[in-house]
Amino acid sequence: MGQEIAFWILAVVTVSAALGVVLLRNVFRAVMLLVLSFLGTAGVYILLNADFLAAIQVLIYVGAIGILIILAIMLTREVPLGSPSNKFRIPAFIIAVLFFIGVGYAVLNTQWQVSSLPPAETTTSALAVKLFGEGGFILPVEIVPILLLATVLSAIVLVKDKK
Amino acid sequence: MSIGLEHYLILSGALFAIGLYGALAKHNAIIILMSIEIMLNAASIALVAFSRYIVPLQYTGQVFAIFTMVVAAAETAVGLAIIIAIYRNRETIDADKIDLMKW
Repeated sequence: MGQEIAFWILAVVTVSAALGVVLLRNVFRAVMLLVLSFLGTAGVYILLNADFLAAIQVLIYVGAIGILIILAIMLTREVPLGSPSNKFRIPAFIIAVLFFIGVGYAVLNTQWQVSSLPPAETTTSALAVKLFGEGGFILPVEIVPILLLATVLSAIVLVKDKK
Repeated sequence: MSIGLEHYLILSGALFAIGLYGALAKHNAIIILMSIEIMLNAASIALVAFSRYIVPLQYTGQVFAIFTMVVAAAETAVGLAIIIAIYRNRETIDADKIDLMKW
């Protein structure tokens, strides 16, 4: 019962915050609602027994990405212009609604093979085994530092002052 | 009615649709980037929900969600760097006015 209440609260908060991001005209309020939506997603992860993911969601999305976007908005000084919609507003709305109807139809009409096993209490050590252990995802884990290095270098090169 | 896989998938679909609308219908490049973040979040929710309900003890979906997060962080950093570079050169981040490479 408590889980249901928590799910509905989190779902309403997350979806309405996301709606605020795309509908509000004030860019700064949109970022704040984006952070709220990230926090709601972290709550959904906790409901799904993914404690490690919830923690890094708060650290990376709320902490890092939220601050980065706020910083970019401050640097570009376009806040007075707001975030108006372009001429594709109505077609985009129709596409989004059609997408949602399609997803809903597909989800509700599929027989999911739901497992009856209970989820694990904690996932961190199991995830570590999955990522670093035998037959796991060690190669992608090794590729990630290269991606991050390329990201850091390209971000520095892109925003560096050209003398 | 207890909360099942379908609830999380519908939530994920709703978030993705909102992000899709924002990415298609907005002028401000930073808002477009934020909408893309919402879509990535929606996909992660679907992955974790599948991981929790279909294969509870294998964690493959959670591993995918972790890699999604890494790539999303990298994408945001590079995307914002590009937006700031464009703003320096053209004094705007309106996606309709950044038409230098438009054919």
